[in-house]
Amino acid sequence: MSHLEFDPHGYTGSLDHREDHAPGDAPEESAGHWVRNYLLGLGFATALTIASFWAATTHLIWGPAAPVAIVVFAIAQMGVHLVFFLHITTGPDNTNNVLALAFGLLVVFLIFAGSIWIMNHLNSNMMPMQQMIGMQR
Amino acid sequence: MTDVPFPISREAVLRRREDPSLIGHGAHGPRDIVPGAGHGETGPASKRVIVGYGFWIFLLSDIVMFSCFFAAYAVLQGATAGGPSARDIVDLPRVGIETGALLLSSFTCGLSFAATNVRNKLWTQVFLALTALLGLVFVGLELQEFIELAARGATPQRSAFLSAFYTLVGCHGLHVSIGGLWLATMMAQLQVKGFRHEIVHRLICFNLFWHALDIVWVGVFSMVYLMGAAA
Repeated sequence: MSHLEFDPHGYTGSLDHREDHAPGDAPEESAGHWVRNYLLGLGFATALTIASFWAATTHLIWGPAAPVAIVVFAIAQMGVHLVFFLHITTGPDNTNNVLALAFGLLVVFLIFAGSIWIMNHLNSNMMPMQQMIGMQR
Repeated sequence: MTDVPFPISREAVLRRREDPSLIGHGAHGPRDIVPGAGHGETGPASKRVIVGYGFWIFLLSDIVMFSCFFAAYAVLQGATAGGPSARDIVDLPRVGIETGALLLSSFTCGLSFAATNVRNKLWTQVFLALTALLGLVFVGLELQEFIELAARGATPQRSAFLSAFYTLVGCHGLHVSIGGLWLATMMAQLQVKGFRHEIVHRLICFNLFWHALDIVWVGVFSMVYLMGAAA
């Protein structure tokens, strides 16, 4: 460690050039950059929230299509939150975060879609309740 | 670029600069390589990166847990046992205010982090306090909703649908409440200890936590409330 000319554990006032980013974090010292970033995120997120509330209440959208619109707006808004609030980027310094996110999404997808898929099949293969009660007699 | 004492070899820097697959992929700054990024040849990662990464892993596991509750809700949505369905219990104006409060609190939380980065204690505290206030509004509205539903007989034991509803929404509400306690602790720590590096690390983690909660809420209001109202 002695060949290091700086103390890697010490902070020098503001975000240090020698430090890499964690999610939620980028090497930019001016507050203006951050505020602009959060304002953009707030704007996009508000627009998408309003859009999905609109899709849920309007009669302009064909009934069965409304849930699809809501899902699309929700996924878009989650993306906006990840990029503008959690600062997940595609940069090479963010590879670990993105890989962890990808694995997390895979698990979430398997649990969510798998449960719905299996339980729906079980439901439709289930004996109707009347017949079941009849067999127990 | 030479005023930074690299703990890495000159060859590693040159190799990286000449790698054609990395052209145009700077490290978001004037310099094209970040020492301590933890990418093998650039030396060990800094504590800040390790803390943030570890907390990110925790958040992802938390989201996996939430996905189980979401799956249970999706499966049990129709199992109302003759009781109220999602359509009967949704109060959209209140959900709208809750959503606005949580989104704004995410924004003010981000602003507090911007103030943390320029080491401005006053503004960090102001924005953290605003975040706490908006979080309190959210939790209060949710409690009000639960109490009103319970008064109408829509309690968790009424049907499988309501059990799943209270588990999913209540678990998110619990996360926000505990996050609020953490937020109060962080404000006290910041006031007493100032911007010491472990305090900054905790503030980073708190920011990640709060933003992740907002992402989960996007799923909750879309799937439970909006789809319930649209169905």
